[in-house]
Amino acid sequence: MKKQLICIICPRGCTLTAESGNGIKVSGNACPKGEKYAIDELTNPLRTVTSTVRVKNMPLTMVSVKTKDPIPKDKMAEAMKIIRATEVNAPIKIGDVIIKDVFGTDIIATKEINL
Amino acid sequence: MDIKNFDIVVVGGGPAGMAAAVAAYDSGITSVAIIDREPSLGGILRQCIHNGFGLHKLGKELTGPEYAAVYETEVAKRSIMVYYETMVTSVSADKTVTATNKNGILKIKAKAVILAMGCRERSRGALNISGTRPAGIYSAGTAQKLMNCEGFAVGKTAVILGSGDIGLIMARRMSLEGAKVEAVCELMPYSGGLTRNIVQCLEDFDIPLYLSTTVAEIHGKDRIEGVTIAKVDENRNIIEETKRYIPCDTLLLSVGLIPENELTMGAGITMDNVTNGAVVDQYRQTEQSGIFACGNVLQVHDLVDYVSDEAEIAGKSAAKYVKNQLEAGNTVKTVAGNGVRYVLPQKVDIKSSEDVSLFMRVTAPFGKVRFTAKSGDTLLATAVRLKAAPGEMEKITIKAEKLREITTEITLSLEEL
Repeated sequence: MKKQLICIICPRGCTLTAESGNGIKVSGNACPKGEKYAIDELTNPLRTVTSTVRVKNMPLTMVSVKTKDPIPKDKMAEAMKIIRATEVNAPIKIGDVIIKDVFGTDIIATKEINL
Repeated sequence: MDIKNFDIVVVGGGPAGMAAAVAAYDSGITSVAIIDREPSLGGILRQCIHNGFGLHKLGKELTGPEYAAVYETEVAKRSIMVYYETMVTSVSADKTVTATNKNGILKIKAKAVILAMGCRERSRGALNISGTRPAGIYSAGTAQKLMNCEGFAVGKTAVILGSGDIGLIMARRMSLEGAKVEAVCELMPYSGGLTRNIVQCLEDFDIPLYLSTTVAEIHGKDRIEGVTIAKVDENRNIIEETKRYIPCDTLLLSVGLIPENELTMGAGITMDNVTNGAVVDQYRQTEQSGIFACGNVLQVHDLVDYVSDEAEIAGKSAAKYVKNQLEAGNTVKTVAGNGVRYVLPQKVDIKSSEDVSLFMRVTAPFGKVRFTAKSGDTLLATAVRLKAAPGEMEKITIKAEKLREITTEITLSLEEL
């Protein structure tokens, strides 16, 4: 089976062709990341989810967050539910764990919020 | 009135301003000030919470606030003066910067000025969409700020006009937050956004992208209730029989960015009417000596990584200027040839001892192309690309030794292969 994909790892956006059969053969990638992306995309598609969490002790303030590592694409909606139900208190530093163990990774802060 | 003296004043503390200030400082000019109207540095990156920043420049994938923090830390490590919540109201040709903040009026006499004001969004008024004027119509960046920084949900059912990157990013963001994005409409027959964003922002969420389609009418009295969308012909005129109604409570506009050049024009600086930014040489010096420009105020970039690169050039050059080491005597013009919409810099100092990179955008999507830079019959540089699109800036580099062969203007053009 032949499948065409656009690599989303970097803004270059290589057009990849993945041929499955005896393993998965990838062509069209400009770097090794493209090969890994195509194989993941066909076997276990992953996405980094970015969102925000409300800062309880400051008005009109959100702290931006992300999944530390990409999570399975079909778990994005569930991860969002967990993120939306969370509130934190400032001060917050970049990299602080906001929610532990969400689909095998942590939700971490991507912005510093000072009181 | 407060009167200060700095060697270099940077107007704007976004990615361009921060990188320019750091580069100027590291080039030996330690009297540097950044002036920004916001209470913190970072500019538009603070609301761009998605990832994908820094892959080229920093070798890792960061979100916007993380990328901004890298440079904010660099600024903080140096004794660079930062004026927060301070609005620059004018820059004069003699490099006096006038600004205002809660303490009153501030005047800074500078030896060099770096313009890094960024850009703003085109608004509904620029589009002439007919219909009513209800609430619920946002520029995509405004909606992004309301959602990501202040935590407001902007709507439940949205239509997005324009397929620029901010529109695509917001389509995903609203979907993740539980809103339904009915459609992204693009007037042109191709998207202006990065291909990867079409995949990860639209296809991942089953959001349809309608090309050669626009919003013909807005409906609703107090809050928007729906839009009429329609196909357009090759002259971008609405095809009546293709009109159809989509109910929605939100319309986002992602229809282009306008470099914020009021200060530039106020200083009497020559503008380029294609980039809507200043005319500069490879040092990013404008036609007003000692005034430099970089980042989105100079040309709208698609990647912040290249903004930082450009800002570093401007910062280093401004430092050289202050030290009387910047000579830009013998320049030739650059010209956009076949398939090329614009070239930046608009002029090149051919006495330079360093390689010169020319940046450009193509006029339409192409398959495999070869870019060539020529001066008369002399071939200066070529580059082959598997594909080229207007949404993706291209670069071609002329080697320093080739600059000696230049006699007349440099034409950049492409041929399809």
